[in-house]
Amino acid sequence: MARTMAEKVWEEHVVRRAEGEPDLLYIDLHLVHEVTSPQAFEGLRLADRAVRRPDLTIATEDHNVPTENILLPIADPVSRTQIETLRKNASDFGVRLHPMGDIEQGIVHVVGPQLGLTQPGMTIVCGDSHTSTHGAFGALAFGIGTSQVEHVLATQTLPMTPFKTMAVTVNGTLPSGVTSKDVILAVIARIGTGGGQGYVIEYRGEAIRQLSMEARMTICNMSIEAGARAGMIAPDETTFDYIKGRPHAPTGADWDAAVEHWRSLRTDDEAVFDAEVVLDAAELSPFVTWGTNPGQGLPLDASVPDPADFADPTERAAAEKALAYMDLAPGVRLRDVRVDTVFLGSCTNGRIEDLRSAAEVIRGRRVADGVRMLVVPGSMRVKEQAAAEGLDEVFRAAGAEWREAGCSMCLGMNPDQLKPGERSASTSNRNFEGRQGKGGRTHLVSPLVAAATAVRGTLSSPADL
Amino acid sequence: MEKFTVHTGRAVPLRHSNVDTDQIIPAVYLKRVARTGFEDGLFAAWRAADPDFVLNRPEYAGGTVLVAGPDFGTGSSREHAVWALQDYGFKAVIAPRFADIFRGNSLKGGLLTVLLPQDVVERLWALVEADPSTEVTVDLVAREVRAPGVTEPFELDDYTRWRLMEGLDDIALTLRHTDAIADYETRRKPWLPVTQ
Ligand code: SF4
Repeated sequence: MARTMAEKVWEEHVVRRAEGEPDLLYIDLHLVHEVTSPQAFEGLRLADRAVRRPDLTIATEDHNVPTENILLPIADPVSRTQIETLRKNASDFGVRLHPMGDIEQGIVHVVGPQLGLTQPGMTIVCGDSHTSTHGAFGALAFGIGTSQVEHVLATQTLPMTPFKTMAVTVNGTLPSGVTSKDVILAVIARIGTGGGQGYVIEYRGEAIRQLSMEARMTICNMSIEAGARAGMIAPDETTFDYIKGRPHAPTGADWDAAVEHWRSLRTDDEAVFDAEVVLDAAELSPFVTWGTNPGQGLPLDASVPDPADFADPTERAAAEKALAYMDLAPGVRLRDVRVDTVFLGSCTNGRIEDLRSAAEVIRGRRVADGVRMLVVPGSMRVKEQAAAEGLDEVFRAAGAEWREAGCSMCLGMNPDQLKPGERSASTSNRNFEGRQGKGGRTHLVSPLVAAATAVRGTLSSPADL
Repeated sequence: MEKFTVHTGRAVPLRHSNVDTDQIIPAVYLKRVARTGFEDGLFAAWRAADPDFVLNRPEYAGGTVLVAGPDFGTGSSREHAVWALQDYGFKAVIAPRFADIFRGNSLKGGLLTVLLPQDVVERLWALVEADPSTEVTVDLVAREVRAPGVTEPFELDDYTRWRLMEGLDDIALTLRHTDAIADYETRRKPWLPVTQ
């Protein structure tokens, strides 16, 4: 029977199937960080259980870590305890950990791919919803809660109920200045924050195939913002080229066998998706959010919508509430919205290509007066590479702050936060109320828009410079 | 895990759609390493900012059934959202649509998430707003929600229902199949990466 890629990967991982029960799936890689794991390790201790496969587990410190003075003790005692707890758990249970200061430390979804641990056809989980990022390689990757983290630690499996499949096809070629971030924001605006619910989304079509691995990760990353369980992209030469030579990539005869298998993972021509969405790349343009959920987005050329224009009463109420929180009036041109802060980073857009593209826009220009720009590489490796290319100097010369790796202002668990009433253009993935700091207001944007906004002080694209 | 069979309690109407996990429990409350005591983080920003927020209103104190709008629990995978609701005293959440991960977490941890159509949710809101002492029954055995003038079936797969009614946690169930796991491990592709 013809099958989709997601169904093929699922089938390959079924450990046990019984009538009327969820399938028990084997997990190939378990990523761990400090926030969602303490209670899971504690659970193991209480039940006197071990980690079944420490060799399929890897931990890093990302959510809480400061991005300045990282060799000093963490000032916030609660954050410090959480980091120390992870270190103790990793050492007690034999789990490999990349702590602050280590060259492989960084955001968990940046670290996995860059080490070559993320490969096509794998099942990958992490106590973090943006685990969907790894689907860019054709892996089935999903975020889990802490009980499930404990379950995977103890058994290396998860009981899972089947999903539905959705194809998001982007035909044609993206216009210049339009990035994968704009694509995914447009997809979410189209299908809504609940539109992908229960589905694994496969992104396909010419525009997707033309994307680099890093751009593909940005798209799959935000599948969760569309409510989907996971996002996937079929592995191809771009994928293989990216993986080849990385520390954990297969080598020699293993490499050939792996590639042959990976090629077999693509969705069969006759396979049928449960739902389909089609976009025309040529019609897309830089996209920004105006509200407090990622589905509330519009092209940068548009104006703040009028809640009265929403036919659906729930959406209308949500828009009213969002505009009140965002302190925006209907009809204001998005290009006229002034920001205080620009955040370039996160697991969505904190990779080397993101930094490169933003640096190109910033080079030789200045961050506008009254605007602070934070550049936070997704990992220490990304930071090192950016520095080798001189990007740190480009950002510093423009007046931006160049920081150490971590989640930082994506969720403001460390000192990098918006103050009440401040407004950011952020390359992260969530514009929820207070996400970047209590009372802070967030506009989600691409790295290109972030850089141009930093220069002009209002939401802008490079074409405006 | 506590067994869940039938629960009757007062309901709290939360007239919001897209209630994300950052609202249910803001990130600053996630720094703790213990498993209990998250009730103070529940809707912390809304409770602090708005004296009229439904959890601040005395007439809804002690409610155990939360009735919310569509797409409840979107956003992060933080199970702390479920813990905060439970620590605060909620036994069940009723909404027209839940985010997947939140729903998964809730059903693993024994917080019953009940899917009911929007119009039924509207009727429940109207009922409890008219009379905050109205009691709502969430009956997992009969897979039914009952309130004065409302009798509405809901769907939940047999397996999850059985697990909740027995109060069984997944790990113990899976560990019964250790042989199957070990057997699967002998069949894994040899090139798959290891971290050590
Ligand atoms: S960068 Fe943001 S979204 Fe990504 S893992 Fe960190 S906190 Fe989560």
